[in-house]
Amino acid sequence: MSGGHSPELVVLRLARPYLKRLIGAGLLASATEFAGLALMATATWLLMTAAGQPPLDRLTVAIVAVRALAVSRGVLRYTERLAGHDAVLRLVTDVRARVFDTLATRHGDPPRSGDALSRLVSDVEAVQDLLLRVVVPAAAAGLVSVLAVGLTALVSPPAALALAAGLLVAAVALPALATALTRRAGAEVAPLRGALATDAIDLTHGAADLAAFGATSDALAAADHRARRLARLERRLAALGFAVDAAGVLVAGLTAGAVVLVALDAGVDGVLVGVLAVGTLAAVEIALALVGAARQWTGLRSGLTRVAQLLTTDRAGTETAETAETSVAGPVDTGDAAGGRQAATVRFEAVTVRYRVGASAALDGFDLELPPGRRVAVVGPSGAGKSTLAAVLTGAVSPAAGRVTLDGRDVSAYPPEELPHLVGGLLAEAYVFHATVRENMLLGRPGADEDALAAAATAAGLADWVRAQPDGWDTVVGEEGAQLSGGQRQRLALARALLAAPGVLVLDEPTEGLDPVAADQVLGTALAATPPGHSVLLITHRLSGLADVDEIVVLDAGRVVQRGRHAALVATPGWYREQWVLQQAAEHGYLAVSG
Amino acid sequence: MSRRRPFDPRLLRRVPAARRDLALLALLGVLAAGLVVAQATALAVLLATAFTGRLDRAALVGLLAAVAARSLVVWAQGAVSARVAATVKAALRADLLGAVARHGPGWVAGQRAGQLATLAGRGLDALDAYFTGYLPQLVLSITVPVAVLGRVLVADWSSAVIIALTLPLIPIFGALLGWQAQAATERQWRRLSLLGGHFLDMVAGLPTLRAFGRARAQTDAVRRMADGHRIATMKTLRIAFLSALVLELVATLSVALVAVPVGIRLLGGGLALQTALLVLLLTPEAYLPLRAAGSRFHASMEGLTALDEALTLSGSAPPAPARQPGPRPDGRAEIRFESVTVTYERTTALRDVSLTIRPGERIAIIGPSGAGKSTLLNLLLGFVSPTDGRVTVGGVDLAEADLDDWRRQVAWVPQRAHLFATSLADNIRLGTPDATAADLAAAVRAAALDEVVTALPDGLDTLLGERGHGLSSGQRQRVALARAFLRDAPVVLLDEPTARLDAAAEAAVLSATRELVAGRTALLVAHRPALLTDVDRILRVEDGRVTELTPAPAGERR
Repeated sequence: MSGGHSPELVVLRLARPYLKRLIGAGLLASATEFAGLALMATATWLLMTAAGQPPLDRLTVAIVAVRALAVSRGVLRYTERLAGHDAVLRLVTDVRARVFDTLATRHGDPPRSGDALSRLVSDVEAVQDLLLRVVVPAAAAGLVSVLAVGLTALVSPPAALALAAGLLVAAVALPALATALTRRAGAEVAPLRGALATDAIDLTHGAADLAAFGATSDALAAADHRARRLARLERRLAALGFAVDAAGVLVAGLTAGAVVLVALDAGVDGVLVGVLAVGTLAAVEIALALVGAARQWTGLRSGLTRVAQLLTTDRAGTETAETAETSVAGPVDTGDAAGGRQAATVRFEAVTVRYRVGASAALDGFDLELPPGRRVAVVGPSGAGKSTLAAVLTGAVSPAAGRVTLDGRDVSAYPPEELPHLVGGLLAEAYVFHATVRENMLLGRPGADEDALAAAATAAGLADWVRAQPDGWDTVVGEEGAQLSGGQRQRLALARALLAAPGVLVLDEPTEGLDPVAADQVLGTALAATPPGHSVLLITHRLSGLADVDEIVVLDAGRVVQRGRHAALVATPGWYREQWVLQQAAEHGYLAVSG
Repeated sequence: MSRRRPFDPRLLRRVPAARRDLALLALLGVLAAGLVVAQATALAVLLATAFTGRLDRAALVGLLAAVAARSLVVWAQGAVSARVAATVKAALRADLLGAVARHGPGWVAGQRAGQLATLAGRGLDALDAYFTGYLPQLVLSITVPVAVLGRVLVADWSSAVIIALTLPLIPIFGALLGWQAQAATERQWRRLSLLGGHFLDMVAGLPTLRAFGRARAQTDAVRRMADGHRIATMKTLRIAFLSALVLELVATLSVALVAVPVGIRLLGGGLALQTALLVLLLTPEAYLPLRAAGSRFHASMEGLTALDEALTLSGSAPPAPARQPGPRPDGRAEIRFESVTVTYERTTALRDVSLTIRPGERIAIIGPSGAGKSTLLNLLLGFVSPTDGRVTVGGVDLAEADLDDWRRQVAWVPQRAHLFATSLADNIRLGTPDATAADLAAAVRAAALDEVVTALPDGLDTLLGERGHGLSSGQRQRVALARAFLRDAPVVLLDEPTARLDAAAEAAVLSATRELVAGRTALLVAHRPALLTDVDRILRVEDGRVTELTPAPAGERR
């Protein structure tokens, strides 16, 4: 809210292409509400006139009008809902594409946690709700209110005045009050709900710790105390909030009473007094919809603000990306066609990475040379900086000091769409999309033929599984598709990386989730499947299968503590040998230590 | 997905505190229906008199009184339903979390923990919409039609007959067109928007798309898929809205069926204007609440689902064994596993394990992950009970022992200690809330945590975030060690205390660990060879079987 535009304005600006549809939906909504009001008013007129026992033909027009209004109200509502949803869904399509584009071009990390992701989706939905549940109904209520006051003024200006006063309270004062109360309630309740959610996490995820240390009952009592406090607060706030609804009922009745009083006083015809009274009740009822809209709007604000921020902070970035797009289209296609991507010489020169200012270095003065065809393994305890190494090499993280070059050219100098064709592969947290196996693999190399697919899948040990599926390559996997086991998922990610076959292949824990035998086998076939001129950077915590690697680098706390070939490292005391001994012991049941 | 009934009767049994308010809500519904009738009656009289150009003061006062009373009832309905919501939520939260406490960590482990945390945390808040939005409407959908019918019957029985005949059409058509189907489409729609036409999938996979240089190329795909999603959504909406339209037309036509004869009789002089107006004003009120309740039903689905989940989860929990304070095992005595087998739902974690641990013995346990190492410790903690065989301490079967007392003699350093969103000091004092400042300081020093503490802005009073956010894994591990030091128990259980640590942190934790196990009975699940050098025996667990290894040669010892 502070600085920049209000999020609603940002949304409305996005809605500009669909303005006609939205206005159409708003008019249809107004017409629906107005038809309802006119129906009650005309029916009242009809009955009261009939009571005077006039000739039937004086009533025919009104009879037809009542029938038409009765049917058209329903039909209008139907078309209004369809038109509104259609316009808003078109807009949301736009917003989704824009949000994705923003996230794709922005340098920072996209949201990682499931929480942040689902929040992003519901934030985009807030745009939908703002238009469908706030803007359109509010516009309709406003328009019908004005119309009602105008028509009443034709009959009796003083009555119109009374109606206007009632409508002002219903459409302005009460919604404002509802907004203020909802906002206050939110501010008071939110921290307590947050604390309670933390209590719930502590009591469930920390259940073992609490039980082992005999602290369960204390923690339970504290959570219960908080839940009771929340309940008390919620009760108090609800009593306040529903006072607005009660006031709404009161306003409707008072306004109708006032209109009758004023109209009779002004000598308005008895039939029209009836029409005005019934019409007033209906009009105020319609205006009260704004109270609900105001509450909705208050609830949507934080989501809208996040979407607006995401879409506006990025404007500059998107433009540069768009200019870059033309130049990107070329290399993508040529890269796909060319089978052999040449390996560049990779050089790390005193690379230091710090994730936060003042934090200890994730990588500390790291040096490495990786000429074409060389295979290097990086090992070390978790948190040693192995994955950071891959992130720096693929340009996802910029070093605080030192540089990484490909054939002498700084990694950061390559366009972000070109670099993956030179260096990349299986990175940490490889994602399997809700799509077919084929589509997931082709991501690595669009346009690859069946043979290439099969070769990569075979090398990753996935081919048998694919063959066993009824749909073969077209088996849908991912979030909602056929359940892939953790191992198959990993093999699929590895196959995709092998198919992509960049000149410098990075494999970050390629056999994670596989049992030891399978892991050894897959690592062997994957390394064998890498074209001879290509270099490999293998990141792993498993030390088995590294005997043939050209160089092994042991990282600890961001520094290189040992380097050399497997045979030499096993013979020297240090982290590598200790780890080797223990892994052998765990996997084979003996301690390979002898003197 | 099973059908949900609009009201879950289990609620009355499980939350007795809500009964009175629910009864009050029903009473208010009756009152509200009476006031709808009263208001319409007063208005009809007022307008019939106004027809002759006169003001009926009594009717005006009556109208205003009815309106004022209705306003009060509306407020009371809201306040009472919110009170029910708050009461039910607090009670269910207590129930759910209490079930966790009663059944212990074995019961909550895994997926259930996440489900419980979400439900007891924010999940139950979905009940607000159900209690304040749907339930009062449900009451009105019964009381208002009945009241209207009664009043019209008195005023003009022939109209009442038509209303009585057409009123059931709403629920009948509702059932035919499917409120259920409508709810299903609504849910389908929510689900689709949740997936956002693969939007979520694409955003989640962005790092991978970037890694292959395909991120920007996918923007078009996102747009295409979102567009396809829009078209599919519109198709379902067309049908969902159509059923709403039919219901509205049924109601409108029913009102017309009542109004037309009334008008004709009025024209012929066979009916008083006041009666005609009353019928006109009241008839639509009879149909309205039924439709409103139907359309609000799916808005409250989420709440009903949460309610069902909560009632089922806290109810399905096996009744906690009613423990009398059993015999108290002595932590300084011998611990024996006697042919212990532990079977989980799908796997067997331990098979026929027999083992004797002498007092003061230090034992390391190694083996591949998932082999059953942690199950050994969980048995000793009483988190897991043997499916077969027994675990005894000084001859006392743990299954019958006073577990609270036994656990007081055990210090446990888990693989990933859970840190609580409270101060660092309180985290360390978890098992000994009344430890003195000197004891606390000693434990901090022993666990090599003092450097960490001095670096923190508020020292030991520093508040940690959710799940101990703000500390690194090495620091968390040392907090867990400090907990164990402060516990000062004869039996120590350590589950891979140096996993995920860098060399410097490992060294600090290792020396603290050596300190901790000295002079105590200790079981260490080991990960690093460094831990193996100080133990008396090494056990290897694989496939649920335990074998003894020859200890590391003396040459390896430091």
